[in-house]
Amino acid sequence: MSSKPVASARALATRENVLKAANLCKEVSSPEGKLTIVRDVSIEIGAGESVAIVGPSGAGKSTLLALLAGLDTPTSGGVWLAGEDLTRLDEDGRARLRAQRVGFVFQAFHLIPALTALENVILPLELAGRSDARRAALEALERVGLAARTGHYPRQLSGGEQQRVALARAFVTRPAVLFADEPTGNLDTVTGGQVAELLFGLNEQSRTTLVLVTHERSLAARCGRILHMDAGRVMT
Amino acid sequence: MRALALALRGFAREWRSGALGVLLLALTTAVAALTGVGFLVERVASAVAEQATQVLAADLRLRSTEPIGPADFQEAARRGVRSARTVSMLSVVFLGDRSELSDLEAVSAGYPLRGTLKVAREPFAVGSPASGIPGRGEAWPSSKLLATLGGALGSTLSIGAANFRVTRVLISRPDQGGDFTELAPSIVLNADDLPATGLILPGSRVTYAALFAADRARIEDFRQWLAAHRRPGEGLRDIAEASPQIENAVDRAGRFLELASLASVLLCSIAVAMSARQYVRQHLDSVALMKTLGATRALTLSVSLIELLLVAVAAALAGSAIGFAAEQWLLHVLRGLINAELPPADLAPLGMGFLAALAVLAGFALPPLLQLSRVPPLRVLRRDVGPPPLLVLLAFGPAAAAVIALLYWAVRDLGLVRDALLGLSGFTLVLVAAGLALVLAAGRLRGRVGVAWRYGIANLSRRRADSLVQIVAFGTGLMALLLLGLVRGDLESDWRRTLPADAPNYFFINIPPADRDAFVEFLEARGAKLSRMLPMLRGRLTEINGLPVERRAFRRGEGPGFADREQNLTWTATLGASNRVVAGRWWTAQDEGKPLVSLATEFQRSLGLRIGDRLTFDVGGEPFTVTVANLREVKWDSFQPNFFIVFAPGVLDAAAGTYLTSAYFHPAQGAALAELARRFPSVSIFDVDDLLEQVRSLIDKAILAVQSVFAFTLFAGLTVLLAAVQASRDERRYESAMLRTLGASAGTVLQGVLAEFATVGLLAGLLAAGGASLAGAFVAARILQVPYALDPTVFLVGLAGGAVLVGASGWLATRAAVAQPPLATLRAG
Ligand SMILES: Nc1ncnc2c1ncn2[C@@H]1O[C@H](COP(=O)(O)OP(=O)(O)OP(=O)(O)O)[C@@H](O)[C@H]1O
Ligand SMILES: [Mg+2]
Repeated sequence: MSSKPVASARALATRENVLKAANLCKEVSSPEGKLTIVRDVSIEIGAGESVAIVGPSGAGKSTLLALLAGLDTPTSGGVWLAGEDLTRLDEDGRARLRAQRVGFVFQAFHLIPALTALENVILPLELAGRSDARRAALEALERVGLAARTGHYPRQLSGGEQQRVALARAFVTRPAVLFADEPTGNLDTVTGGQVAELLFGLNEQSRTTLVLVTHERSLAARCGRILHMDAGRVMT
Repeated sequence: MRALALALRGFAREWRSGALGVLLLALTTAVAALTGVGFLVERVASAVAEQATQVLAADLRLRSTEPIGPADFQEAARRGVRSARTVSMLSVVFLGDRSELSDLEAVSAGYPLRGTLKVAREPFAVGSPASGIPGRGEAWPSSKLLATLGGALGSTLSIGAANFRVTRVLISRPDQGGDFTELAPSIVLNADDLPATGLILPGSRVTYAALFAADRARIEDFRQWLAAHRRPGEGLRDIAEASPQIENAVDRAGRFLELASLASVLLCSIAVAMSARQYVRQHLDSVALMKTLGATRALTLSVSLIELLLVAVAAALAGSAIGFAAEQWLLHVLRGLINAELPPADLAPLGMGFLAALAVLAGFALPPLLQLSRVPPLRVLRRDVGPPPLLVLLAFGPAAAAVIALLYWAVRDLGLVRDALLGLSGFTLVLVAAGLALVLAAGRLRGRVGVAWRYGIANLSRRRADSLVQIVAFGTGLMALLLLGLVRGDLESDWRRTLPADAPNYFFINIPPADRDAFVEFLEARGAKLSRMLPMLRGRLTEINGLPVERRAFRRGEGPGFADREQNLTWTATLGASNRVVAGRWWTAQDEGKPLVSLATEFQRSLGLRIGDRLTFDVGGEPFTVTVANLREVKWDSFQPNFFIVFAPGVLDAAAGTYLTSAYFHPAQGAALAELARRFPSVSIFDVDDLLEQVRSLIDKAILAVQSVFAFTLFAGLTVLLAAVQASRDERRYESAMLRTLGASAGTVLQGVLAEFATVGLLAGLLAAGGASLAGAFVAARILQVPYALDPTVFLVGLAGGAVLVGASGWLATRAAVAQPPLATLRAG
């Protein structure tokens, strides 16, 4: 599993947009007929930017996020991530690109229950084929304040702790883009605040592009840009 | 490398969480069933061969009218094949002025190579195994010979020019002839004394035999060598021409064991399939997440494959160890039944076990695993996204292939495999159809029942696929168990019926028609229980449909073997109890005097005959042409007098013949037999007590083997239950916590689960009972050849078993969750 060469960091820096979508559409068929979840969305997001996607439930935010991250394929339109045309990559190609360039934080934490906190953080490093995975993972856990919990399994951690592990896992590979779907949705205000703090700290210090979906105004307000979504469209 | 590290880590962890436990258990049981039972079947089969070889007193018997030169014996010694010689001839034995024609058997050291020579200190006493053969100058006459001569231990007999001292009375020798053709009573001498008798002159009718024995591989090689180096006039007999008496019982035991190992494999495969499904379900999230984090499909697949491979290795090790232990235990139990000269145990079962584990996994776990690696990463955002559905061919192809391979491995009988597969597929289809009907009906019904039942029944129709899987799995599993239970009962009672405690232990042949009534009176007065008296004539088959037998062209597998020899013929109006007409019809009173004949299937098959064929027999120089009216299957292990060829009454009556009968006689009545031998000197007496005892202990052992293997199968059934419990545990746990959070009492939740599972169980049990009844009839008739009685209790057992088993699995799965506060479950979920 050698990693496919992707655009180098320098090439990225010279390019303006780390993430670009053009005329993105997603249709699904349902018992009630064809359903358009994402309608003709075109956006450009520059390196180091922080963007919030907000909108009512069912607007298509998560779907758009999945399309931008290459977790799903659009019905039409294109997505360029770190200079790569996602529509021209296959499933495994997109996976390799994610391993190198993308980090994720989800509402439901999504840690692998069979692995300890440390092992969960090591996992993406191993998948990206990085050396010194262990040291980097320990550093990342320290940064989210969990240096003492490295050997614990997810179910031995509280929700906030689990989410911080997920956060450490997301930025440990120093991704170009970090996607977050309601990262604080399951947390109380205080814990949510801590997680948000970490997220934005990362965005500022490592110039990691942040794309997050949220219902929380305070979180959205801290972003450099807010995209409103309704019925599959992005309002401008 | 990365995959291996991940797999090892995951394996260790999952091991501790018990997720792989059921899979391992199921696989281990499958391996143990295949290696242990399969091996046992092989041993039982070789026990059949072993019993059969006793009739030859060897594994191979070379007969010639000329002395057999040293070359064969030297070659045998070189190959590590044991050997012995016998010389037999008819000769007159004298005691004082009395004389008697006898069958002289001069034997060399080592005789008999198979079976035992039994001797006693007085005629007709209970024999015990002889140590060795008679010494120089000694003779061991048979009971009848000594009784007719009026001698005793220590008497001096003269044979030809030599004198012999009687040191033992011969009670039985293994090769005394299962077909009772050698009618003269025998006497055993040491072969080194034969020259001194001066009986062997040019032109005397002497039969020389060379006896050989060794383990199977060696004897097979040697047989080929002998066949290639055979001289004219030499005839080779091997175990293929065995006596059918014991073979029957043991053969059926072997068949049952095969069936049981099949059932175990089937049950374990079901358990493996269920736990693999569960494995996939548990790993959907992890795999989707790994892919989101950048793992390729190949990597995720390797991780699961390595994990499964580890399970396979563990199952192979544990399974063959258990199989080996079970086998050793059974061998211990079956001691005496099993040939001692088998090659020693080696590591082959381990390799076989691993292959078996791989086959089961590849068939039942690989397709869902391939599926698992296809789960889209999108699942991390949308829980309802699963892997694309499997192609039907991919879902069932490998499973079918694995089942076929394993079935074939277990029974090595293509016909049986085909029948089993046809039956199984048919049954599965019925189960699926019934399951679908249930699911649909449940959908309709849910509005009309109370809350607990509504919840349970709603589950049935909502989890359509799971309900179907459960019905098929439990239905098939129960069916296999019920079927095995049914035929086991039939087999056992049939065995016990064929050999009651008063089964005949003496055969009397050559009773002159004039003495017939006096003979019966004599025996009955002494408390003997006689079976029916049948006439016996000697005759040769000369023509088939007007064509001389020598000119008939035989197809493959047929031969003139039977036609070559003189046959024993009889006639009777009534069909014997151990006979069953399988084609044509038995004659009635109107048929008396019509030229009809009834044939045993062995005889019919060996000559390729059909109903309606006309056969001509030469009986005492007179030709009789008769038409084949019916075919009989004969239970040779019943110890009743039976004949290959039976004429209709009134055809042969005029021909001169004698009678034969069998009787049950207490061994203590040895003196009566000695008297009988004196009063009816022409009657030959055959003591089959030994043989009977052998068959009896054999049947007891076979029953024990059958029961132990059945217990094994029950255990395999238990793994299915465990797999089912495990499969539904996680989901149930979450669901019941939800329901309880919404205010349902623990009782309501449990009732709902019970309702759902009991419905599935009742349906599966009902269908399983039906399937088992049908399959039981087939198995009893076609495979085990035992009478089959439809047993309605099987339906009760099926229904109760299904409801209880399936209900219990659901209850066990849910109980833990219900006992917990909902929060604990929801948090862990
Ligand atoms: N594969 C699919 N099939 C049918 N409907 C779908 C599918 N994927 C998404 N939808 C529908 O598309 C709509 C948008 O879904 P999406 O998850 O993107 O919404 P969302 O904006 O993230 O909402 P929320 O804020 O509640 O998370 C929803 O109505 C959803 O049911
Ligand atoms: Mg959403």
